[in-house]
Amino acid sequence: MNTSRLRKIILASLLAATFVTAHAALKVGDSFPDLAGFKLEGKLPDSLKGKVVIVDFWASWCGPCKESFPAMNELQKKYGDQALVIVAVNVDEEKSDMQDFLKDNAAKFTVVRDAKQALVAVAGIQTMPSSFVLDDTGKVRFVHTGFHGAETRKEYEQQIQSLLKP
Amino acid sequence: MRGKQFMSLVLLSVIAGGLTGCDSVQPWQRKTLADYTMRADRDPIGDGIRDHVFFSREMATGGEGVGGGGCGCN
Repeated sequence: MNTSRLRKIILASLLAATFVTAHAALKVGDSFPDLAGFKLEGKLPDSLKGKVVIVDFWASWCGPCKESFPAMNELQKKYGDQALVIVAVNVDEEKSDMQDFLKDNAAKFTVVRDAKQALVAVAGIQTMPSSFVLDDTGKVRFVHTGFHGAETRKEYEQQIQSLLKP
Repeated sequence: MRGKQFMSLVLLSVIAGGLTGCDSVQPWQRKTLADYTMRADRDPIGDGIRDHVFFSREMATGGEGVGGGGCGCN
C-alpha cells in the first residue's frame, strides 16, 4: 500500500468534511425551488403560477414567529384576492409542537411542515423566522431575516404592492 | 519504523473520522437552545449576587454575556 497516496486521500476527505456543513443560501434573483418536490406535510395551494408568494419559515419555539402570525393573517386577508399567497413552512422536529402553536395562534394562510428539514436546508436561512417574497415567476425578489414588528409589516406591504402592480 | 508510520496513519484516520462527527447547529434546529432554561439571564437574583461578588473582587462589572445560547431569533 502506498502510504503517501493514502495520506493524500485522508487529507482530501478531511477537507471535504469541513465544507459539508457550509450552506449556500438562497438570495435575491434566485429561482425558488419547487415546493411540490419536498414532500411537505399539509396541502399546498393547487397552483402558485402567476401568484406573488411569501414563503415564511417558522418554528413553535421562536418568539418573533409568533408575533408575525397576526401580521401575515392581515396581509393574506388584505391581498388574498389580488393573487397573494402566503405559505408558512414549519420546521419543528415534533409535529405536536406545531399543532399546539397553531391552536393558540390561528393561521389564516397555508401552513405546511418540512418534517425532514430539507427545504429549509436548501433555503439556507440564518435566522428564525426568515421569509422569501417571490414574484409571479417564482423568483426571489425580497428576503426577510427575523420579524421586527410594524417595521417588517410595512416592508411586506410595500413589496407586495410593488409586485402586484402590473 | 514501518510500525510507527502505520500507527500515525491509524491515528490520523481516527481524528479524521472524529471530525466528520462535528456539526454546527443550524438556525432551524435551535429548539433546545431556545428553551427558557438555556437563557443566561433566567435568574435575576442569582445574576445580581454574582455581579456583586464579581464587582467586589475585580472592581469591574459587566461583560458576562455569552454567545451561542438562546433562540438566535431576529
